[in-house]
Amino acid sequence: MATATDTLVDAPRSSSSERTMRDVRPGRVIAWTLLFLGGVLMVMPIVLMLSTSLKTSDQIYDLRIIPASPTLANYVSVLTSSEFIRWFVNSTVVAVISTASNVFFGGLVGYTLAKFDFRGRYIVFLAILSTLMIPTEMLVVPWYLMASQFGWLDSYWGIMFPGMMEAFGVFLMKQFFETVPDDFLEAARVDGMNEFTIWWRVAMPLVTPAISAMAIFTFLGNWTAFFWPLIVTTSQDLYTLPVGLSSFAVRQTVQWEMIMTGASLATLPTLVVFLLLQRYIVRGVMLAGLKG
Amino acid sequence: MAEIQLEGLAKRFGNVTAVHDMDLTIADGEFVVFVGPSGCGKSTTLRMMAGLEDISSGTLHLAGEPVNHKDPKQRNIAMVFQNYAIYPHVTVRKNIGFGLYTSKLSSAEKTARINETAEMLGLEDLLDRRPAALSGGQRQRVAIGRAMVRNPAAFLFDEPLSNLDAQLRAQMRIEIKKLHQRLGTTIVYVTHDQVEAMTMADRIVVMRDGKVLQIGRPIDLYEHPADVFTARFIGSPSMNMIEGNMRDGLIRHDNADLPIELDRKIGHAGRVLLGVRPHDLHVTDGSPRVSGERGLHLHGTVSTVEPLGAETLVHLDLAEGSVIATAPGRTLPAIGEKLSVHAAPESLYVFDAESEKAL
Ligand SMILES: Nc1ncnc2c1ncn2[C@@H]1O[C@H](COP(=O)(O)OP(=O)(O)OP(=O)(O)O)[C@@H](O)[C@H]1O
Ligand SMILES: [Mg+2]
Repeated sequence: MATATDTLVDAPRSSSSERTMRDVRPGRVIAWTLLFLGGVLMVMPIVLMLSTSLKTSDQIYDLRIIPASPTLANYVSVLTSSEFIRWFVNSTVVAVISTASNVFFGGLVGYTLAKFDFRGRYIVFLAILSTLMIPTEMLVVPWYLMASQFGWLDSYWGIMFPGMMEAFGVFLMKQFFETVPDDFLEAARVDGMNEFTIWWRVAMPLVTPAISAMAIFTFLGNWTAFFWPLIVTTSQDLYTLPVGLSSFAVRQTVQWEMIMTGASLATLPTLVVFLLLQRYIVRGVMLAGLKG
Repeated sequence: MAEIQLEGLAKRFGNVTAVHDMDLTIADGEFVVFVGPSGCGKSTTLRMMAGLEDISSGTLHLAGEPVNHKDPKQRNIAMVFQNYAIYPHVTVRKNIGFGLYTSKLSSAEKTARINETAEMLGLEDLLDRRPAALSGGQRQRVAIGRAMVRNPAAFLFDEPLSNLDAQLRAQMRIEIKKLHQRLGTTIVYVTHDQVEAMTMADRIVVMRDGKVLQIGRPIDLYEHPADVFTARFIGSPSMNMIEGNMRDGLIRHDNADLPIELDRKIGHAGRVLLGVRPHDLHVTDGSPRVSGERGLHLHGTVSTVEPLGAETLVHLDLAEGSVIATAPGRTLPAIGEKLSVHAAPESLYVFDAESEKAL
């Protein structure tokens, strides 16, 4: 509010701040509303999932968010009467091994492509990248034939082999390794480390952010993979979680409350992985900023 | 401890020759500094010594033994890099410990060596910190520590101080010099900084376009530069260069009234560059007594004055070009003032204008 004692300099400033408040408010309101709706849209399925998992089967079409009589019976039944724990273990084994393998090979190949000059390096890189353009649907049949030829059907290896090393990871690691100054590697070379040790002890720790990002993507991708595990496994023992959960739906009736309970349990590890690795991403970025 | 011998050492990258047949013997315990313009092959030469770059032709001897095909680790040479190259993900202790990576010492001995090194560099209290929590000078000390800890046959430094500010650079310069005196290890040191070169080197190697221009003690290079580049590189501020024409042992040029007579006979005719260091070019009162003296007399207009306390640097615009001269500390000529300056004949350098070689 401008008073008579305001100086000439102050007066326009205070009126302009009034104007910004008046002008921007509607925009802000719209933005906040949109963000709020977006947030609700994102959170709703998760809330419904949790809420359904706490209902009995005759309540599931009662769309109240807070169930009338919440019960943990579904959890008990999922954990005891189905092979849920087995599937959980399967998923964990597959996701952990695939992630480790992707980090290892992606790191190794990305490093080689970024830091060693050899004939045909660019062609190799292009060949690896080009595999990104082939959709999974096209690959499933060859994969299946390959798995059946080698007797890999219905085994852990059968589930994992197509994803042990992915072009995207190689690409990501290569891009990151290119930002690592050669001096680090040469200092290690002068100190007498062999090339593998240099990669493992010096280069890899310098790209922790890339490794964390890649680990999250690979873990989540494998954890939620459905199509290929469904095709390659036949025995219930080897189902991964998504395949196992979907089997609740193919019996006579769709057991929504069971699916939702299983799904709720299944999101826990992804949450843990994300929270754990997120810290490293932040720390990695900080380190990179202070390099030198 | 080792003598380093370069015999016709050359490096070619495709059809670019980065280093032409280079001959140089670095004595055991000597401190040799490589200087030269950017891209002249200093780092490449250093990297060939370290074993980080293949040698295209010639032989490299370390302690009398040819090492062309030996890996860096077999040469027992340590290198310190411009951006330190200490690992951000491990502590100072581990960083220094990396220098002992191939060492066969017991872990107790290693610990003792690391502590000893840290103590020598004043890093004892920082051993458990990470590089991110160190200052630039401390980081550079860690890099030196990693090089020192394994008692190498020689140290190679590639512009180690260029990331530090002027004051820290001066301090580290002295520390490295002291370290050399204490350890007595051969050091090959690359720099852009002529002060570093002058103050640290036993011998300076001046390079240009992959070739050695001149090798000598700092004072020799200062007093007897073999060419214009060395003359201008060594000494600060840089040597003034004035174009002239030489005939019958006399130099004529547009700025001087009379032909300049030198204190020595040079049987050269043609375009020359006349060199005179700012410290030899004195502001005079222009009296007939002074103007009668032999040597170089110039008249110009003051364009800039830099009072340094003990002396004043006076920048003069001449009819052709400009020069820097010195005046006593309390003399502060006004800008735009007309001044005369004089240099004695024995302080003049003459270079062929074509080849830029000293005459
Ligand atoms: N890997 C390489 N491939 C091709 N040319 C190279 C390579 N490394 C260096 N060169 C060339 O060799 C020459 C010498 O390079 P070098 O790095 O030794 O110069 P320098 O004297 O250390 O320069 P600066 O003072 O800028 O560090 C340069 O012309 C450079 O472009
Ligand atoms: Mg260099």
